[in-house]
This record gives sequence, C-alpha cells and structure tokens, in this order.
Amino acid sequence: MAKQQKDKKYLFDDPRNVRRLLGIFYVSLGVLLGLELFVHKHPHFKWEEWFGFYAIYGLVSCILLVLIAKYILRPLIMRDEDYYDE
Amino acid sequence: MTSSLLLPPSFVFILGALLAACLRGRLLKVVAIAVPVVSFLILWGAPNGSYGTLSFIGLDLVLAEVDRLSRVFGYIFHLIAFIGLIFSLHHDDPAHYVVGLLYAGAAQGVTFAGDLFSLFLFWETLTVTATFLIIARRTAAARGAALRYLLVHAAGGLCLLTGIVLYYHGTGSIAFTAMDLSQPGALFIFLGFGLNCAWPLLHAWLVDSYPESTIAGTVFLSAFTTKSAVYVLARAFPGAEPLIWIGAAMVAFPIFFAVIENDLRRVLSYSLINQVGYMVVGIGIGTELAINGAVCHAYAHILYKGLLFMSMGAVMYRTGKINATDLGGLYRTMPLTAVFCMIGAAAISAFPLFSGFIAKSMVVDAAAGGHYQFVWLILLFASAGVFHHAGIKIPFFAFFSHDSGLRPKEAPLHMLIAMGGAAFMCVFLGVYPDFVYGMLPFPVDYEPYTFAHVLAQSQLLFFSALAFTLLLLAGIYPPEIRSVNLDVDWAYRKGSRAFVLVADRVFNGINSWAERVLGWQLTGLLARFASDPGASIQKYWVRLTAEYSGTREREELMEEIDRRSRTATYPIGILVLFAVSLLALMSILFILF
Repeated sequence: MAKQQKDKKYLFDDPRNVRRLLGIFYVSLGVLLGLELFVHKHPHFKWEEWFGFYAIYGLVSCILLVLIAKYILRPLIMRDEDYYDE
Repeated sequence: MTSSLLLPPSFVFILGALLAACLRGRLLKVVAIAVPVVSFLILWGAPNGSYGTLSFIGLDLVLAEVDRLSRVFGYIFHLIAFIGLIFSLHHDDPAHYVVGLLYAGAAQGVTFAGDLFSLFLFWETLTVTATFLIIARRTAAARGAALRYLLVHAAGGLCLLTGIVLYYHGTGSIAFTAMDLSQPGALFIFLGFGLNCAWPLLHAWLVDSYPESTIAGTVFLSAFTTKSAVYVLARAFPGAEPLIWIGAAMVAFPIFFAVIENDLRRVLSYSLINQVGYMVVGIGIGTELAINGAVCHAYAHILYKGLLFMSMGAVMYRTGKINATDLGGLYRTMPLTAVFCMIGAAAISAFPLFSGFIAKSMVVDAAAGGHYQFVWLILLFASAGVFHHAGIKIPFFAFFSHDSGLRPKEAPLHMLIAMGGAAFMCVFLGVYPDFVYGMLPFPVDYEPYTFAHVLAQSQLLFFSALAFTLLLLAGIYPPEIRSVNLDVDWAYRKGSRAFVLVADRVFNGINSWAERVLGWQLTGLLARFASDPGASIQKYWVRLTAEYSGTREREELMEEIDRRSRTATYPIGILVLFAVSLLALMSILFILF
C-alpha cells in the first residue's frame, strides 16, 4: 500500500504538464503586453506612458534583485549554520 | 445591544485568560475561542467615544478610546485572535491559551488606550507575553531568541517611558493624541514605537525570534506587535515625513535577505518587515488616501501573513521541517494546505481579486499623488520583489520544486478550518473591497479596479514571475543553502560576547592582579616583616648598604641579627615603638593645631 502511494503519479510528475503550464504562462505574457494597446492610461509619471514599462520594470528589477542577493549580499553575510553556537 | 461599552476588549481578554487558566481539556479550548467572540460583540455594539475615564495618581486615564481608527484595528485583532486560536487547537498546554489571550488582550489594550500611561502598561505586557510565546518552543535556540527579544524590547520600552515622562513634563498632558516630533519627548516615543515596528537597524529581533517560536505562536506574533506599532504611529505621527523614508527602506532591504534565506518562516519574517514598510510609508505621507491605505493594508496584511505563517506551520507540524532544503513536492499529499498557501501568496503579491491588491495600491497611488517619484519606484520594485520571495518562493520550495520524498498527511482539520477562513477573507476583501473600505478612518473615494491599474499590476507580476522562471531554468537562481545569514543582530549577538570577553580580561585581570598583589604578596610581606620587625629592619638596612661591605661580613651580620632576635635581645617589639612614636607625633600635632 505504502509502495503504491510512493509510485502514484501526481500532477507535475509528468513533464508534459509542466511544459503545458509554462506554455500557458508564456502565452499570457504576450496577451498582457498586447492588451496594453487598448488601455487608456492616466499616468502620474511620464515613464508610465512608455510601452511595456511595468513589464520591463518587473522583469529587470527582479533579475537585479536576485543577482545582487546572490553575488553581493550572500558572500557578505552567509556563515555556517552553527555560527552563533560556537 | 447596550449603548455603551460594557467592558474594554483588553479586560475581556484578561478575564478570559484568567478563566482559561483554571480550566483544562476541551472546556479550556471552547472558552479560549469564545473570548474574542464575546469581546467582539461587546465592541461591535458600542458607539464611538471615551469610556472608563478615571483619575489615578493625578493622571486622567481613559480605559477605552473608541474611534474609527482604533475600531478597525480592534476588529482585525479580534478576527486574527479567533483564527489563531482555532489554528492552535492541537496545543494541550493551558499556558499556550492563557499567554495567547493575554498577548491578544495587550494588543487590544494598546489599540484602545486613551492615555499614554495605560498605553505603556499594555505595551510592556505585549513584550512579556510575546517572550513567553517564543520560549514555549522549548528549544535552546528559542530560549536564546526569547532572551534577546526581551532585552531589545525592554530597551525600546525604556525609550518609550523616557519619552512619555518628558512629554508629560513638557506638555502637562497624558492624553494619547497626535504629536509633533518637535514636542518634548516625542522623539523618544517615536523611537520606542519604531522598535516594535521593526524599523531598519531596529528590526533584527523580529527575524531572530519569530521563526523560533511555536507553530501557533508565530501566527499570533506576526499579527500583534508590529501592527499595534503601526496603529500607534498612525495615531500619534500621521504625516511625519521621516516615516516616508524609513518605510521606503523597510520595503526594500528585507527582500534581498529573503531571497537567500533558507528557513521559510524567516523568509516570511523578512517579508513581514517589507509589508509593514508600505504602512509606514502611508502614515508618513499622511494624506487621507495614504492613511486609509496604511490601515487597509494592515487589515489585509494581518490575514494573509497569518495565513502564510499558518500554512508553513502546518508543514512544520506534519514534517517537522521548515528549511527549503528539506522540503519540496508536498502538494502531492497536502493539496489543501498548498492551495491555501498559494491564496496567501497571491494576496501578499497583490494579485487582482486578492486582498493585497485593493490595499497596497492605495499607498502606492498616494505616493504617486504626492509626487514622491523615488519612493514610488522603490514601492514598485518591492511589489515585484515580494512576489519573488514570498509569492513564489514560499509555495514553490515547500510544495513544488524538487521531490523531497516526504509524503506527510494533510493538515489537521482545525488547521484547515483556520487557514480556510483566512483564505476566504483574502479573496473576499479582494472581490468586495467596500467591506473594509467602509471601516477605514476617512471616507474612501478610491476605485482599485480600473483596466489600466489591473493590467499594470498583472504585467508587473507576470514579468516578475518570468524573471524567476528564466533564472531558475538557467540555474542562476540562488540554490538554497543550509546557513546562517548575518543581520544587525550580529552586533549584539557577537558584540555581547566580545563585550563579555573584554570585560572578563580587563576587570577580572584587575581583580586577580589586586588579589595576587594585595591579598597575597603584600600581606605575606607584612606578615614576614611583623613576625620579627626588629631583625627585618636591620636586615633590610644591611642589604641596602651591602655594596659598601664585604660579602663575608654581611653574612656574619645577618647571623648576628638573627641570633639577637632569637634571644629576644630587643626589649620591646619595634612595631610597638613605631606605634608609640606615631601616637606621640599625633599628640604633638593635636596640641599644636
């Protein structure tokens, strides 16, 4: 019984499902960009009028976030797990 | 319903805690859950106003000041206490319920305090009860974190007390109302509030202690201390400009720490600071929209942050693990917990139709309306970043990611009910924002669901998710590593050791030197001298003049001195002679002067 449970196939055990999910995700990105052509903007700042401002800002800022955290912050602050126990 | 307040909520909670302390088993749990319900009904039926004014040692105390601002905080604190108690029903330890009720009651006391004196009493009660909630985990790490929590908050409490005393001395008023930072003592009060609010550099206690508390304790902690600090800031310092910059820093810096943190409850603790930052910015901007936004965000945040902590608590309860390195793939056997966690994640990320969206955007729009360009860009950056570290990272590493091989059971029923209730509220507020908008301090004239706004937010979030996906597929996303990441608590965790080390070397060094020299060497010297003073003085003299005499002669002299000493040739001890001489000298001086 336990072995059967282990062997049971779950939703994302099938790589096809993962690919499907990613496919839907990429398509929705395109749709979101396309919809911007039909939106009537009422911006506070001039850069909000640029096409795809929010998309590019979200993408770039998150890449920067991860790179800074990984390559600058982590070498500075990471210690062994028992650092405070010594 | 009565037309006045029967009992202030804090009193209901304290009485409930006392009653709970006498009970055991099922009855204890029923009473504990009933306390927030009864208290809520009493508050709900009471109109706004000042209740229970009394004079105490010359101070005018107000036991409950109910207005629109305190009422909305009071309501949400009741709701999360109720949900949190349901979540914690697996606890059989009566102390958990007693301390939990006292802690929630202290938050009610802070919320409805009409004067600074009772505010301070409840403020300190918050600290003490929170310490017990941390220590209840009964691990060495929890004990250490609880002690640090207590010390840091004791310092903050003293700062607040100093401010209150100076403020009362300067203004003659003890009433808890809006203050100006230039008033006497106001700066100390401001800083005292700021410590509980986890301002940058004052924040380390939070990420140090919350992940060390019990599974249910963290749910309580995440709601009350920081949000009651937000409340007092909103009451005392609306429109104080430093808050804009403090809040902007709070919003930005924790997300970097959260990205590389392994303990998922610590990730949530960092994101808690990030979310409170939005509220602090809103209070700093101080317009009606901004204050409404801050309060609305606090309301929504308490629910989704509680939900996220509950989902991680359920994972911990079933697996005994909380590090991302140990988890993964749990959606297989904990699907409901996974769904609730993702609802909380969607809410904190401010997806349209979830509670964060209708709350956070008020603060962001208030920043735009006030033309704070730089702050606005930071808030937008953090909106994308919070999706990264809380919205994706938490559910992804716990429930998806690699298969950890763990096949735990679904969370127990009471946890599912508590999480389900919070998840329902996250969606309900997002779909029907007027429910919370109607409770806010100022009339709301704000429409979150414009096509442009929904599209902009969706683009921001989806492309932030794209960044995550690309970095993960490219293998650049930082792998989770078992580690400790330093924060400013390093200063006192290592600093205190350095202090002890230095103090040990310096003070114990002086101590042992003094003991050696004064206690042993000097007394030994004196004892040897006094055992045979006549001979000792002569020998000293002989040694002093040794270079003028031959060695042989000197040894003979020494022997002669010893012989005379043994045969007691000296009629009196030479010390007696000294004493008599000294007395004579003093007599002469006395007579002369």
